[in-house]
Amino acid sequence: MKALAGEIKRAAWAVILLTILLCGIYPLAIWGIGQLLFSEKANGSILVREKGIVGSVLIAQRFTSPAYFHSRPSAVAYASSAADSGGSNLGPLSKLLHDQLMARINNYRRENGLAASFPIAADAVSASASGLDPHISPANAFSQAARVAGARGLSRDQVMSMIRLHLEERQLGIFGEKRVNVLLLNLALDGHE
Amino acid sequence: MEIGSWLQLLLFIGLLFLLTRPFGSYLYKVMETKEKTIFSPVLGGCEKLLFKALGRDVEKEQSWKQYGIALAFFSLAGMLLTYFVLRLQHILPLNPQHFAAVEPSLAFNTAASFAANTNWQNYAGESTMSHFSQMVGLTFQNFVSAAVGIAVAAALVRGIARKSVRTIGNFWADLIRVTLHVLLPLSIMLAIFFISQGVIQNFSADVKAACLEKPAGREPAQFIPQGPVASQEAIKILGTNGGGFFNANSSHPFENPTPLTNFIQLLAIFLIPSALTRYLGLMVGNKKHGWAVWSAMAVLFLASLMVCWTAEGKGNSRYPVLSASSGGNMEGKETRFGIFNSALYATVTTSASCGAVNSMHDSFTPLGGLMPLLNIQLGEVVYGGVGSGLSGMLIFVILAVFIAGLMVGRTPEYLGKKIESADIKLCVFYILASAILILAPAAWAAASRWGVAGISNHGPHGLSEMLYAFSSAAGNNGSAFAGLSANTPAYNTLLGLVMLAGRFLLMVPVLALAGNLAAKKVIPAGSGSFPVHGMTFIVLLVGTIIIVGLLTFFPALSLGPVVEHFIMTGSGKLF
Repeated sequence: MKALAGEIKRAAWAVILLTILLCGIYPLAIWGIGQLLFSEKANGSILVREKGIVGSVLIAQRFTSPAYFHSRPSAVAYASSAADSGGSNLGPLSKLLHDQLMARINNYRRENGLAASFPIAADAVSASASGLDPHISPANAFSQAARVAGARGLSRDQVMSMIRLHLEERQLGIFGEKRVNVLLLNLALDGHE
Repeated sequence: MEIGSWLQLLLFIGLLFLLTRPFGSYLYKVMETKEKTIFSPVLGGCEKLLFKALGRDVEKEQSWKQYGIALAFFSLAGMLLTYFVLRLQHILPLNPQHFAAVEPSLAFNTAASFAANTNWQNYAGESTMSHFSQMVGLTFQNFVSAAVGIAVAAALVRGIARKSVRTIGNFWADLIRVTLHVLLPLSIMLAIFFISQGVIQNFSADVKAACLEKPAGREPAQFIPQGPVASQEAIKILGTNGGGFFNANSSHPFENPTPLTNFIQLLAIFLIPSALTRYLGLMVGNKKHGWAVWSAMAVLFLASLMVCWTAEGKGNSRYPVLSASSGGNMEGKETRFGIFNSALYATVTTSASCGAVNSMHDSFTPLGGLMPLLNIQLGEVVYGGVGSGLSGMLIFVILAVFIAGLMVGRTPEYLGKKIESADIKLCVFYILASAILILAPAAWAAASRWGVAGISNHGPHGLSEMLYAFSSAAGNNGSAFAGLSANTPAYNTLLGLVMLAGRFLLMVPVLALAGNLAAKKVIPAGSGSFPVHGMTFIVLLVGTIIIVGLLTFFPALSLGPVVEHFIMTGSGKLF
């Protein structure tokens, strides 16, 4: 019995001391280092323009105007009513997924004047995992170029070169996929950069 | 399957292989020889203080029962801490969003989930948990549940390595050594790296953004969450915990902002489990045995990845216009990761009992989603969770050795120790219990109104959602076919109990086996001994795992993802 009581006491002490170290000192130290060395990133890579906070470089926004490149579909409405994130979680045989995909495919074709046989970049019509995916694939961006150019009175080549300028390569030349940050590209189109 | 993806895979496996040896030796130093490490100058003070507070007995060796009792008390105390932090978060500090207290059944489920190293989450972090709950209630478990897992594996390996003794180490010493010399310093490095890539670390309330294209009459247009993410993300990954700060887990740009953070997360998930095979080799004085176990894991890992990667790359055959040439199955995946890194992450996280996700498994193609589910059901022994993976794998090793012994008609022995009836009973108990913990509650849910009510996808996919939930809970994985609405009292309670049993009930046969083996004498290896390294052993081990796994789970799987695959390719039916 005495041994058991000893172990209970030890468990309590271990929880108290480890809490102070792992849940107090550790996260506060990381906070201090983060704020000191990378304060912009540690605070969410927030973009501030003359009129206030535009958003975050890392978080997708809703774009519907033909003059802007459009983000990927979001299952959480781009966190427009509260902080939220996540995917559709619709399975491959879901009727709802089918209806969503068909509507998005038709819409995407119509907006961008694409022929019925033209293959559509899968990311353009599929909801992302986070609902906040800030990127689109290069193929998706290229398909939208003519529409954006038309709406802005620019030539398609001008818009294509803007896309190329904002094309992010694989990281270190190796990791991940090529992509375009929609918010940064749209800001550049507005002449904010 | 383009060349760039193969290069990433080669780098991943290559780096994992290269890190296994030095890091395994480091673990040996931490757990066995208890030498000073490079972190001792900084953390030595903490270590002394902790040892002093816990008393002199901490140096004393324990029997398997004493070890288990200490572990149980500690885990219970930690679980109570988490439960009360969640229940009281409305009056605790660092709650800028003014979240209410977490409801009791959800608080129980979450406390059980994090204490059991599962991190199944029936809540969305950004709309439920205060910064304090995340930083104290959950981060605490992320560290210590990982340390407990490693401690148990170390104890089992000691049991295998030792001769004719009754003790298997001291729980408190293991807990403190692993936390201070492995988990904490590596977490600090990871967290700082994550911040440099864009992971956030602050204590602010949500940032309200106006957005570039302002929707009419809506101000603000977007809510950007904030919080101490980096410090939690690091240990979430390193400790194969997997519980995300946000609902979207590692697909959220604030948890996993770049392909490089993704790559480092993948390596960090496998680092400790992989290095433990080297620790095993060093402990038993047979490094080849360690590498043979590593190789068996690598074979299973690559096979599983290939199926998942191919299926996701081909995409959903119902939508040929979104064909492979234009991206594959991108529903529930992020652009920066694409198909390959999503399939790789899904395979790693389910092989390793981690449960972090960078894509939504619920939206995978039938065969692409089958693989993560199967990885969990095979017992997460492919590298596996920190500690629990090696423990599970060693159960299969002993079973494989036993089967080999039966085939050649000799008394089975493992590293010079006779494997006897009592040992095999413990192994079989472990394997049967893990299967029953998955299949029985999943069957119950599938036959009950409360169970079926949670389904979001109908048809065979609905069964897969329930099967995945209980596989994930029993296997302490924590990933989900997340369409399932499981935040109900029934699911919260049952999943919570399954997670606790999957963790702590299954530790009993592991520790008992450790005690049993430690007490055995060692017979020198003869010409008739079955070698536990080399090709024959690897094939036998892989075969044992696959046969046991498939025999147990094929009937259930055939009603879920398998039939779904044939409906997808062979008909036009939707659900």
